[in-house]
Amino acid sequence: MFNSYVETTLRYQPSKCINCEICIDVCPHGVFVPGKKAVQMAKPWECMECGACQLNCPTAAITVESGVGCAAAMIGAALRGKKVDQKEECT
Amino acid sequence: MTISPTAVEVINIFPTSSKLNAGNTWDHIQARWGIRRGHHRVIPGLYALGKPQPTSPVFVTANYTLSFDALRSALGEMDAYILVLDTQGINVWCAAGKGTFGTAELIRRIEVSRLKDVVNTRILILPQLGAPGVAAYEVKKQTGFRVEYGPIRAEDLPEYLKTHQASREMRTARFNLKDRLVLIPIEFVHVIIPLILATIAMYFLGGLLPALAASMAIFSGVTIFPILLPWLPTKDFSSKGWILGMIVTLPFTLAMIFGNLGPGWWVHAGLALALQLALPVVTAFITLNFTGSTSFTSRSGVKKEIFAYIPWMAGLLGGGILLAISAFLVHTFGRT
Repeated sequence: MFNSYVETTLRYQPSKCINCEICIDVCPHGVFVPGKKAVQMAKPWECMECGACQLNCPTAAITVESGVGCAAAMIGAALRGKKVDQKEECT
Repeated sequence: MTISPTAVEVINIFPTSSKLNAGNTWDHIQARWGIRRGHHRVIPGLYALGKPQPTSPVFVTANYTLSFDALRSALGEMDAYILVLDTQGINVWCAAGKGTFGTAELIRRIEVSRLKDVVNTRILILPQLGAPGVAAYEVKKQTGFRVEYGPIRAEDLPEYLKTHQASREMRTARFNLKDRLVLIPIEFVHVIIPLILATIAMYFLGGLLPALAASMAIFSGVTIFPILLPWLPTKDFSSKGWILGMIVTLPFTLAMIFGNLGPGWWVHAGLALALQLALPVVTAFITLNFTGSTSFTSRSGVKKEIFAYIPWMAGLLGGGILLAISAFLVHTFGRT
């Protein structure tokens, strides 16, 4: 209750990982940690869906629905009956 | 600084220094207060800090003065090149989210500035928060430059440059009291006109106490809320803000009830209850919007908040307004 941030859209397929560890470098919330053969997703609930790991992963092992997350723009889209998932513009 | 008409012929490198002057400080104050928003820009291109050599490091940043100045002032006595991308005067993090601090602009800027002819190193140091816009492997493939993600904060660069390894601390986005305090001026500027209008309207509709209560509900959302953020109960910003709104409204509604215990007390009590229903919603709505200013709320989480709380907000606000109107009508026309 009163926590909308437990689940995120971050998905990781360790089988695709080549252990380059770029995701560890770019993540501002320490979601990924080093592993033996593949990077490990240690704290997925810390993800803020910035999309840095997805964009920088050379093997597309990580997917996340990233976006600006501007509440006003999303409310506006919802009120106009548009899909909230569309790329919205933040000011 | 002007770009010479022969810019295409010669390699244009702007000189810069790590010293910030009074003009820079004044510019930063204006930026923080939202004055001349969108005008806090530096010319995109290649800059020389000190007396850089072809072997000097190259740092990349946005053409927002706060970003550019944070970088150059952190580098101190170092000789380096700074490649400024055209992010339309937006900071690194927000521009990366939009994609203007992005792979395409970085590749284009490397070519336009003829960086390959200026330096013989093939490494670019980018701020970590630029990563949501830049695919490092793509830059390497297309330009030969290897992107190295430095620390989140420019102030950590001297420490980072000793080993080119960033500690977990340097790599983690923080949102401490100082980070939150600097946001208060711009948050305040955003609500100043609604705040004044609401206060005046409430004064004529209900009197001094409702006017003060309304201004406090708005004011607390942009000032007390950022300060108390980590300590307000629950995780969602809407519920945090609603709780804060309940607390700041309560003294005013109690004063309205207990200050008018004579005949017709129920009119004041009804109005007080209406305020207690409606005003915390206003605070909650403001604080829900504050999610966009933090460094940790996810987009899907904000979306969940919107769908979970907006119907409740609308209901409470509507209920408060209906109650106020009823109390007013009964008071005006109900007397015999």
